[in-house]
Amino acid sequence: MKIAFTAAGTTWDSQIDSRFGRTEFIVILNEETQQLEVIDNSAVKNEAHGAGTATAQKMYELKPDVLITGNGPGDTAATALKNLNMKIFVDAHNLTLQQAYNSYKSGSLKQL
Amino acid sequence: MISRSPLKIAIASGKGGTGKTLLSTNLAAYLSEFEPTLLVDLDVEEPNDALFINAPLLSTANQHKMIPVWNEQECILCGKCARVCKFHAVVRLGKTISVFNQLCHSCYACSELCPTNALPMQTHIVGETRFFEKESLSFIESRLVVGEEQAVPLINKTHSIAQQKYNHIKTHLLDCPPGTSCPVVAATKDAHYVILVTEPTPFGLNDLALAVETMRQLGKDFGVVINREGHGNSSVKEYCQREQIPVIASIPFQREIAELYSTGQLVYSTIPAVRQALEQIALVIKEKGAAR
Amino acid sequence: MKEVVILSGKGGTGKTSITGAFAVLAGQQAIIADCDVDAANMHLLLAPDFAERSDFYSGELAVIDSNKCTQCGICAYKCRFGAFSLSNGTYVLDPLSCEGCGYCQITCPEGAISLVPRKAGQVFVSTTKVGSTMVHAKLDIGAENSGKLVAKVKNSAQELAKLKHKEFVIVDGSPGIGCPVVSSLAGASYVVLVTEPTVSGLHDLERIAGVIQKFRIPMGCIINKFDINPEMSTQISHFISSNGIDYLANIPFDPSFTKAMADAKTIVETQSPAKLIIEEVWATLTKKLIN
Repeated sequence: MKIAFTAAGTTWDSQIDSRFGRTEFIVILNEETQQLEVIDNSAVKNEAHGAGTATAQKMYELKPDVLITGNGPGDTAATALKNLNMKIFVDAHNLTLQQAYNSYKSGSLKQL
Repeated sequence: MISRSPLKIAIASGKGGTGKTLLSTNLAAYLSEFEPTLLVDLDVEEPNDALFINAPLLSTANQHKMIPVWNEQECILCGKCARVCKFHAVVRLGKTISVFNQLCHSCYACSELCPTNALPMQTHIVGETRFFEKESLSFIESRLVVGEEQAVPLINKTHSIAQQKYNHIKTHLLDCPPGTSCPVVAATKDAHYVILVTEPTPFGLNDLALAVETMRQLGKDFGVVINREGHGNSSVKEYCQREQIPVIASIPFQREIAELYSTGQLVYSTIPAVRQALEQIALVIKEKGAAR
Repeated sequence: MKEVVILSGKGGTGKTSITGAFAVLAGQQAIIADCDVDAANMHLLLAPDFAERSDFYSGELAVIDSNKCTQCGICAYKCRFGAFSLSNGTYVLDPLSCEGCGYCQITCPEGAISLVPRKAGQVFVSTTKVGSTMVHAKLDIGAENSGKLVAKVKNSAQELAKLKHKEFVIVDGSPGIGCPVVSSLAGASYVVLVTEPTVSGLHDLERIAGVIQKFRIPMGCIINKFDINPEMSTQISHFISSNGIDYLANIPFDPSFTKAMADAKTIVETQSPAKLIIEEVWATLTKKLIN
């Protein structure tokens, strides 16, 4: 399984970024290898408009099975993500990636 | 006198909630007691003059913008469209090209640069214009479809409708969106005179100063109407004096006005002070018309 | 760290007055963020010192390199916004008309057009009269608020709150229901809606509450000037109770609001009935947030 996080930093101890479109980084955990892959999203974050659709396009390229984020995608981004076969778990802001992953594993994160 | 194009008076304010709608609707109704008048609600994101102008609806017309529409058969999924779109309105989602209408600025870049012509431009409804008529008051409003984000094209379109359809009416009142951003620039650009509505508080003064800066940058002739005069302080008056901006009328602070307004009623026929303020504004409008 | 966002949907409901009052009550426990950059007014109540300033850029703008331009006119032909015009034999660009789409840059055969970041305003980090830190912004004329600017103001406020171990971030939210509002809701713990009983007040309240519900953020509502239209206030209170919104308070039509504002004070720095009500709301809020 590939798990994507919207993240404020690049490590396991970084905070989850509450934003989807304007997230600082996208961090991908490959559960098989336990490797973290970091995608810098700062260019999209700095777009005046369309950050939601631009980040959604990246998700289609990365194809994670699961997304763990904060508030959850806005309306436009949600529409864009509709056809991507990806489960979205929300309300993980205030957690680190590690904590959010543990909560996800124990089934205590809310699924959209 | 030679007949000429209508005199356009814009009513604007630096922020919402200062009484722009109150003034526009009452002034339009008042002026129409003397001669045919057109009121145009250009606050296309939140038009609410209609709540106060109790006129029968004559007709409606859809307004459009051009957007690209994906033709799957022709598409080779090269992704050029998504790369050239600065607004991320066109994105490649897997094997699909998706167009997000509300983000599209109709620049045509994706459509005209597509190597296989797979994104032809088509019309898309962005809003509706509604036409009302009551005695000698004509009233039109345009409203953006919920979810559409760009006000400027609809404002421009509404201007040209007013110009073409109501050229015979001598006075056009334009109720502008609040603020100092692009929609206000678009709404006031054809106006011969701008009335800035403010209130005598530090908030009012701060926003008025921004609006004045905007109007000066646009090279507009303008004056100020102070709403809710009598509460707050004299800083707005002092500012206008210092900056040599005419204060053309004041509307007093009366609870009765707020009450009538909250129920959607026009107030000038019941509240003499409002009628008096409108008389003063009408004189200024007359002067501006004559001086043109 | 808990974040409260104050929203109203439309202008003139007293949102900023109430946010300013919360800011004074919270004192140095809070970082303040003014995301209502279209009509940024909170500085009038909190007297920030504008200590740190930085330019803010949003979107792009075309510029013509007159040395490379051969006056072929392709840019003017391709531009759908009428931004290019011929003046004394050379093409010039009107920055207010340019939307930054970049089509001209792609089609210019001489490579004479480039896109540069568009300056949209300034962002400030200040100390307020009560000693708290405030992040705020001023837009340039013709510039628009955006999700990006709101994100910038909020993110710096949140970072400062973490760095300085503050309990609260108090956010004066953006108007409307578009992208800036969604951006001002990111990471919020609670939303306070300020409305007034007018024909448009309820309509705006319904729309904004719909947006907040989508993000599962708990919210409460204050009806300001509730007594100017009791019938409408009743309708609003029905809406509040049937949508799981906390009913925070009714504030009567009170001229001391504007009197306070005229003296550059918040309502809680005066003696008035509204002062007590707002103090009570803030006490309720802090209890809700800390638990």
